[in-house]
Amino acid sequence: MRPVRFNIHPKEAEIADAISMAPAPDGIGGDGFFATQLSSVVGLARKNSLWPLPFATSCCGIEFMATMASHYDLARFGSERVGFSPRQCDLLMVMGTIAKKMAPVLRQVYLQMAEPRWVIAVGACASSGGIFDTYSVLQGIDQVIPVDVYVPGCPPRPEAIIDGFMKIQDLVGQESIRRRNSEQYKALLNSYGIQ
Amino acid sequence: MALTNIFIQEKLVEKFGDQVSTFATDTDILSFETLAANNLKVIQFLYDELGFTFLTDLCGVNYPDQKDAEIVVVYHLHNFIENIRVRLSIAVPVEKPDVFTASKLFESANWMERETYDFFGVNFIGHSNLKRILNVDEMDYFPLRKEFPLEDQTRIDKDDEMFGRG
Repeated sequence: MRPVRFNIHPKEAEIADAISMAPAPDGIGGDGFFATQLSSVVGLARKNSLWPLPFATSCCGIEFMATMASHYDLARFGSERVGFSPRQCDLLMVMGTIAKKMAPVLRQVYLQMAEPRWVIAVGACASSGGIFDTYSVLQGIDQVIPVDVYVPGCPPRPEAIIDGFMKIQDLVGQESIRRRNSEQYKALLNSYGIQ
Repeated sequence: MALTNIFIQEKLVEKFGDQVSTFATDTDILSFETLAANNLKVIQFLYDELGFTFLTDLCGVNYPDQKDAEIVVVYHLHNFIENIRVRLSIAVPVEKPDVFTASKLFESANWMERETYDFFGVNFIGHSNLKRILNVDEMDYFPLRKEFPLEDQTRIDKDDEMFGRG
């Protein structure tokens, strides 16, 4: 009789079920060819390999740690690599209270990121100052940098952060590759005194 | 003999007469007031004669209703050997909040006086580097003075309308 610690009926992994593929964009396909827009392909690649830069200053940062860890697993969305250098990252995730003294630092980090770049404001403090309606706290990071997605909550649960992240993925996937050269985008950055 | 609050009070009255006043004991700590002009003399006397060699805290208070004594600066001193504390306060008018610096006696007063300047605008005469320490340098007011409202009354981004209650 075998000792019980040996599993004589191991469960075979179903590799086919474990791999998920991003759906192909709209296009015309046939034997050996597939034609689609360049922006769809670029968007597909960008949205499924976003490199987030966590800018965590307080409790929302703790929720982000849970979001990144195995239980909620942000890596499922193509964001395995959380970068800590703004020069390598696409997505600035601002999580937590930003004091007025921190505002120039946040802005500097944003300026160091290369285009295309996206910003997500996680939590009430980053979005609006939250409960800190006071002389020392920036009343929302959109006073110093443009923001793409706001996640409400104090702090938001990991599901909410993931929902905001998926909203960012939608934006990234649908973005025209010419958007960053457009007059509207330049006007937006100019309204923040950038460029 | 052991240092007691009564002994300290007697010594102070003996030395400074009616320039020290309003003696009180809150939670075993002797508190008293003196004139702004001789804060350093009193602190030096406490240091030399009574062994209060440690400055625990230095902070400001704003009493907007006290005419000509709106800004109060409080010193907490500690005698390590006897384990006894005293609390000394001086009051200055808000129009001219001039106080002599204690940073020549206690190095630790340097940052605490900068903080008190930062939040209450107390002008510490003789301080080597009297500039803001915690708030942004561009701030043009002293935020813990009660003449400033807690929030900007003109802002509209946190009105009820912004939260769907308008």
